[in-house]
Amino acid sequence: MSPLIEPEVAERVLRRALAGGGEFAEVFCERGAGLTLAIDESRIESVQSGASAGAGVRVLSGGTTYFAHVDGLDPDDLERAAGEAAAALHAESAEPRPLRAEAVVPQPIELRPAEVAAQRKADLLRELDARGRAAGPEISELTASYAEVRREIAVANSDGLLSGDDRTRVRIGVQAVARREGEVQTGAETLGGHRGFELLEDDAGEIAEAAAGKALTLLDAGPAPAGSMPVVIGGGFGGVLFHEMTGHGLEADHVQKGASVYVGKLGSQVAQPLLTAYDDGRMPNEWGSDSIDDEGTPTQKTMAIEEGRLVSFLYDRLTAARDGVAPTGNGRRESFRHLPVPRMTNTYIAPGDAEPEAMIAEVERGFYAASFAGGQVDPATGDFVFGVSEGYLIEGGRVTRPCRGATLIGNCLEALLAIDAVGSDFEMKTGVCGKAGQKVPVGTGQGHVRVRAMTVGGTEV
Amino acid sequence: MIELARRAVEATVGAGAGAAEAYASEDAGREVRAHGGAVESLTAATRRGIGVRAWIGQRAGYAYGTDLSDAGIRELAARAAETARIADEDEFAGPPELPVRLSPDMRGESAPELRDPSIGEWSSRDVAALALRIEEAALAADRRVAAVEQAVYADSVERVAIASSTGVEAEYERTSCYGYTQALAEGEGARETGLGFGLGRGPAALDPVRIGAEAAARATEMIGAGKPSSRGCPVVLDATVAASFVALIGRALGADAVQRGRSPFAGLAGEVVADDAFVVHDDGLDPEGSSSAPVDGEGIPRRRLALIENGALRTFLYDTYTARRAGTASTGSASRGGYRSQPSVGASNLIVASGELDLDGLLAQAGDGVLVTDVAGLHSGVNPVTGVFSVGASGLAIRGGETAEPLREFTIASDLVSMLKAVRAAGSAARWVPFGGSVRTPPLLIGEMTVAGS
Repeated sequence: MSPLIEPEVAERVLRRALAGGGEFAEVFCERGAGLTLAIDESRIESVQSGASAGAGVRVLSGGTTYFAHVDGLDPDDLERAAGEAAAALHAESAEPRPLRAEAVVPQPIELRPAEVAAQRKADLLRELDARGRAAGPEISELTASYAEVRREIAVANSDGLLSGDDRTRVRIGVQAVARREGEVQTGAETLGGHRGFELLEDDAGEIAEAAAGKALTLLDAGPAPAGSMPVVIGGGFGGVLFHEMTGHGLEADHVQKGASVYVGKLGSQVAQPLLTAYDDGRMPNEWGSDSIDDEGTPTQKTMAIEEGRLVSFLYDRLTAARDGVAPTGNGRRESFRHLPVPRMTNTYIAPGDAEPEAMIAEVERGFYAASFAGGQVDPATGDFVFGVSEGYLIEGGRVTRPCRGATLIGNCLEALLAIDAVGSDFEMKTGVCGKAGQKVPVGTGQGHVRVRAMTVGGTEV
Repeated sequence: MIELARRAVEATVGAGAGAAEAYASEDAGREVRAHGGAVESLTAATRRGIGVRAWIGQRAGYAYGTDLSDAGIRELAARAAETARIADEDEFAGPPELPVRLSPDMRGESAPELRDPSIGEWSSRDVAALALRIEEAALAADRRVAAVEQAVYADSVERVAIASSTGVEAEYERTSCYGYTQALAEGEGARETGLGFGLGRGPAALDPVRIGAEAAARATEMIGAGKPSSRGCPVVLDATVAASFVALIGRALGADAVQRGRSPFAGLAGEVVADDAFVVHDDGLDPEGSSSAPVDGEGIPRRRLALIENGALRTFLYDTYTARRAGTASTGSASRGGYRSQPSVGASNLIVASGELDLDGLLAQAGDGVLVTDVAGLHSGVNPVTGVFSVGASGLAIRGGETAEPLREFTIASDLVSMLKAVRAAGSAARWVPFGGSVRTPPLLIGEMTVAGS
């Protein structure tokens, strides 16, 4: 593969971008290729191969970002994008600094997915299908998907940065449906990483059994309770709780616009001292990891909450400059068609010292949210909602019957302060986070966590 | 464009496919984001690409790419054929076929005008001014509006061409634009947000003052909100919330979900699924609809379909594959997210029939209950297979037939079919809402839903 952009071309494009003035210019180049396939009704279908290449050029001038993007990576395409970005600027030209190439070590990939025969991927899905269906005769439907993508990026800017990354991700997902008489339940599970096909060489079929197991368990579900009660949240994807409740409110663009409940809270106690949390874009081969962010800043491990105290927001270049701090490697973009904004990478609550069983044993009547389907927050008000995909009643200190159709709802500041136990177990899970019309891969993690009181929105009043 | 699509079809057949279809699109768009009286960003973009479906026997595959040179098209065609070889055989797989006898309505002759050529007369300075006016209007509407998160204007001019080796040929152009803002209001020690939006074929269709004022009103009316008590009660869904649910219903009416047993409407064709007060059509030819086009994503002519009428489920939505599987004809309901995604069954514009009562009339009929003005967590709070849902909500209490104090942090729960059967009245004031699909709906009064708060 040829390099995405030659240094001479990058310099020419940056000069063109600054021809009408501006404090900063950047060119972001990307070449992507991916393959997805699915199995449904035990048949391999929806096989899709995609390839794209393009570039985005932005110029910053007087607080305004001028941005243009084009398909294609020919020097002509890039110059056209630079010309369009600069079209509205008519001041004296500015001079970019000479480029200095940064050495970046991409995440290690042992087995490039593109070099693995397609039949092996199809066979993997057949195995998921068989394993999930074997979990019980009540499994009536099963779908599974496989996705691989390789994205090579290069970024050059007028401060002299020239950097790049080579990113490969694979992810599989299973959704099982179980039926018994009138009852229908679903169970889902995923496995993914910033990693090669080697991720799937161990026992990938296990996730099919896990998804089917959830659906089967939920066949015995009764209605979910409605009202305020103690809630224990499961490890792994339970970390989406912190992602929504706190992570989004720490993204510096929300904070700087006054659209976050964490405005003015830096240095304050926002949680009990038992809670410490990080955003870490460097976790090896983790789903939300990259070696550099999409502005060329090396990713890092950022402590966001230290023993309950808010210690850092998450920054891209623009917001970091406004606050007079160093960027934290959180400037991410879905593709060359998008402007970078502060985004999480892998966020997690660090393991505590509570045993999950003991946490539950202390609850007289409550709710156990073992897994979530997803969540949403309004960072400005702090109001959040989580859809529970696997939930149970807690009665007399014991997990009893499963519940269908529960939602957790609350406000970030109150709920974060109400976390009164953090488990010693720990697990990371994969997610896809949407913000400002852009989707990026993010990791979420935690052990079991207990919230003293939270509103469970079920149907049983 | 159509030339390009034809070339891709030929190349794919040349690469060993028995049949092929190409979807080429090109769009030029702009986006302005304003904040604090200044333009935060100005984006200009062009996007071009092509997606090809290939069939080898009963196997189907898909590939897309952005390299439109001869070499690029050959490589794309080879990839499309290769993906088809990976797929398993499916007796219903095959390229779209045009209906043999076309009624005038289906020949696309009644296709609506989908372009507002004046879009090109608005310079980037003009549309930036429009975004700034939206922000100004939100700030001017109420002293308690402290800021807007951002005010956004965006437009696009899109051209699409579809060709297949089975004789499908279609090409169209359409323009669209939208504006929105998120206002931040402060009061009683808390911050509230409110969304205002508008959409149309061209910028002249947007009223910046109305968009800003809507955002301000939605944010300020939430100041001092508390939690409602948990109970079952009448619920009025405002048009934006009703639209979110209608979009979910449209998805559940897709034949694909139904045939695979993953829709709450499976097995209910012809059955009573709603109260008579709820009537919904899918209309891919509505001149105002943002999803309107003369043809669907496979080049089959679009038309107007009654989905739920007189309480009964009249038809599901079919594309070529699902129609073949059901032994019926496509309803022109193949929808497409662009050249990067394969067509799949989906609604175009969902139109809910309006009733007699204005919002005050609906509130009076509700008596005591909740007016829901926003919902959150629809992507995680709804089980698509069963239609059971519990989603986060905010809004206003209804007492004595009038709105009372603001409410937040509660959930509303039911299932889609029960909710439709519990519709008591559709309001008279319908509007277009672009969330999760293109929907035109009035507010809806639901007889009873579970509200969970404190």
